Amino acid sequence: MADSMSSLPSVETIDLTSHQRPRRLVLEVLHDWVTTVDHKKIGLMYIGYALIFLVVGGVQALVMRIQLAVPHNSFVSPDVFNRLFTMHGTTMVFFMGMPILFGFANYLVPLMIGARDMAFPRLNAFSFWISALGGLLLYYSYIGGSGLYGMGSAPDVGWFAYAPLTMKAFSPGHSTDYWAISLILSGIGSIGTAINIVVTIITMRCPGMTLNRMPLLAWLNLVMASMVFIAVSPLTAAQIMLMLDRYLGSHFFDTQAGGSAVLWIHFFWIFGHPEVYILVLPAFAFMNEIIPVFSRKAIFGYPAMVAASVGIGFISMSVWAHHMFTVGMGAGANVFFVFSSMVIAVPTGIKIFNWLATIWGGKVRFASPMLFSVGFLFQFLIAGLTGIMLAAAPFDWQLNMSYFVVAHFHYVLVGGILFTIFAAFYYWYPKVTGRMMNERLARWHFWMMVIGFHMTFDFMHIPGLLGMPRRIYTYEPGRGWDVWNLIVTIGAFIQAIAIILFVINLIRSYYKGEIAGNDPWDAWTLEWSTASPPPVYNFAITPVVHSRRPLWDIKHPEDPDWNYE
Amino acid sequence: MLVLAVTLTIFLIVAGLLLYALIRYRHKNLETYNEPAQIYGSNQIELAWTVVPALIVVMLFLTSSRIILATQDSKKPENAVDVVTIGHQFWWEFRYPKLGVVTANELHVPVSTAADPMPTYLELSSADVDHSFWVPRLAGKTDLIPNRVNTMWIDPEQPGLYLGQCANFCGVQHAKMLLRVYADTPAQFAAWVEQQKKPAVNDPRVAEGRQIFLHSACVNCHTVSGTIANGRFGPDLTHLASRDTIASGAFENTPDNLRKWIDDPDSMKPGSLMPPMHLTDHDLNAVTAYLTTLR
Repeated sequence: MADSMSSLPSVETIDLTSHQRPRRLVLEVLHDWVTTVDHKKIGLMYIGYALIFLVVGGVQALVMRIQLAVPHNSFVSPDVFNRLFTMHGTTMVFFMGMPILFGFANYLVPLMIGARDMAFPRLNAFSFWISALGGLLLYYSYIGGSGLYGMGSAPDVGWFAYAPLTMKAFSPGHSTDYWAISLILSGIGSIGTAINIVVTIITMRCPGMTLNRMPLLAWLNLVMASMVFIAVSPLTAAQIMLMLDRYLGSHFFDTQAGGSAVLWIHFFWIFGHPEVYILVLPAFAFMNEIIPVFSRKAIFGYPAMVAASVGIGFISMSVWAHHMFTVGMGAGANVFFVFSSMVIAVPTGIKIFNWLATIWGGKVRFASPMLFSVGFLFQFLIAGLTGIMLAAAPFDWQLNMSYFVVAHFHYVLVGGILFTIFAAFYYWYPKVTGRMMNERLARWHFWMMVIGFHMTFDFMHIPGLLGMPRRIYTYEPGRGWDVWNLIVTIGAFIQAIAIILFVINLIRSYYKGEIAGNDPWDAWTLEWSTASPPPVYNFAITPVVHSRRPLWDIKHPEDPDWNYE
Repeated sequence: MLVLAVTLTIFLIVAGLLLYALIRYRHKNLETYNEPAQIYGSNQIELAWTVVPALIVVMLFLTSSRIILATQDSKKPENAVDVVTIGHQFWWEFRYPKLGVVTANELHVPVSTAADPMPTYLELSSADVDHSFWVPRLAGKTDLIPNRVNTMWIDPEQPGLYLGQCANFCGVQHAKMLLRVYADTPAQFAAWVEQQKKPAVNDPRVAEGRQIFLHSACVNCHTVSGTIANGRFGPDLTHLASRDTIASGAFENTPDNLRKWIDDPDSMKPGSLMPPMHLTDHDLNAVTAYLTTLR
């Protein structure tokens, strides 16, 4: 593949692959990273930080699964279990999902739009460090939290922390405070990064790159960042109100003094639902870049993809109360939210169909990024369909707060988003490090993930359908849930092995991977025109583009894209 | 069922096409390297796969709405049984205002057939945090939210025992806030109501235990009708011995379990809000004996 690049009028860059770089002192390296404002380094710090929390959150899940493998188990006590599911959810959403996606956005967006860095580099660094502080503060709660009767330490109120369980009366001690404050901090970081993404995309695209020619990854991150502004504010507001209730005598959510528990639920889900779309849009972004390259075809229906993404962003703001169908809203309200939740399936379906059409008629290469993309396509389809089932409120009246919902959202988060994150790792690792990851180990990773994932999350739907609620530290035998829980647990351990293989691959390939060159995948977007890894200034000469696939135009001068757009 | 049928069909079609495409269009001959024809879009196809899903969505929406309206806005019949359900950490309080019955954790309702409808209307609220009433074989769940009253109805057609549990995380022992709904035949239900309306049994053989009970802290939290005990923080014990379980379905109602529970609830259901009573062995035995007579 690298050979066909010899005719590329490439920009001359310094080769910075690891075997060429001069060695530096450890303190120099640390200082460089701690004080950097370079989007690439910040992106990598976000990603590294998130990977650590992926492992931590994963271990929390494994411990829970051991406890639930058989009924009436006593592997952990009830309060430990309740802390585990609270921390698992909070960690995975806020300290794994958000950072890893911000990390990829940070690294890739300037490169893909031909820019030199993000618009506000120091804000970028600040956003990372304050988010990091949030995560550390949350985990400090394990040793720093205190309270009556030994309760306290890490938060144990569930990741959505419904009031009034979080009021001082029911959660004495400081664990809830750690939850609220750490998320306020990471929320500030999220907003900072979102500002950077939006401004960079709007103002720093290279010449010739109109919005209509921007890579879909940039579009999706633009929509995602806009959603962050709208979604994070209600959460921060609610958490401030929660702290006021807990310490300064207000009664927003304090039902014993006339406050409203339902108010918290609204505030939380007005954040919470757009939040999950914030997590999924960058996942779509990765697919929009990877599937075309490995099918050897342009993405089918670029304008529709943009419209669908923007549509999903808007509609996702209006579906939140489908988490509240059992709260006792009136029929009119329930009906509205059924409608909006089902309508969002239309643009989402369009995206799946467009990916299918991209593959159709192509020449599919099943390298590691594509393997994970294929997994995503099937799994996200299923996840979306169980979502439609849940959107039908009468169905949801049975299945809300049950393991069916847990299975559904893990299908989206793990089977959908995590698989795309793996695909993105395999795809862009050569760009970041200059070396390829090991394909054989990647295949083991993929197949173990597929087996483990399906063993856990396919079968998890069944106890839900049989009436098993979520967030229970144990369950009664004789309800028909036992064998399914055992299978789910075994699958979790298989996934753990897969992730270990992945981490080994990441580390090993850095030292022993095959040298990648600029463009190992024969791709078409701007990041592949510069060195691997890119020099700190990204591009020695600002690129000029004439179509959506500038490198396709260069490689196929006889049939450039601009004839068709 | 319709929802399942529609989603299953969609899955089979789309996944089938995907699988086909991945097999048919895999890159077989890696030696020759020509890019395939680049297709950028197709207005007709894209319109079709926008309109058809939109129509499916409309259909599913209308079906769901019909059921929502039928369930939520249905009129309460005259002869419905009313039960006020109050959620506590970690037990259920049931009061039948029109029948003068108060009980806990085990709900008795009459069966309700098409020929002889007699649904039970539950008025749901909470004394502390959010809970949710879920007995899957009877109905979907409805939340119990403090400072708010929700309503739902159940109409079991078959007599029998229906199991459920709290479905909204409410604290440490959320997992053990279990529900038992007994659907009784009309005769059984009438007998049960008769029994429950009576004040507490006053068996002279357990007079000592009764005395100890009434002079201990027990009366601060529990009610035994016909005595001075009228606490409202814990379950009503007037007919405790008529129940199959204790600790909200967590344990079988045997003298042994009851004794252990009174001695130290935390050893059986850690985090439950009943404090240990610190009774001497002798007193413990007497009180347990007393409570087992409260049929």
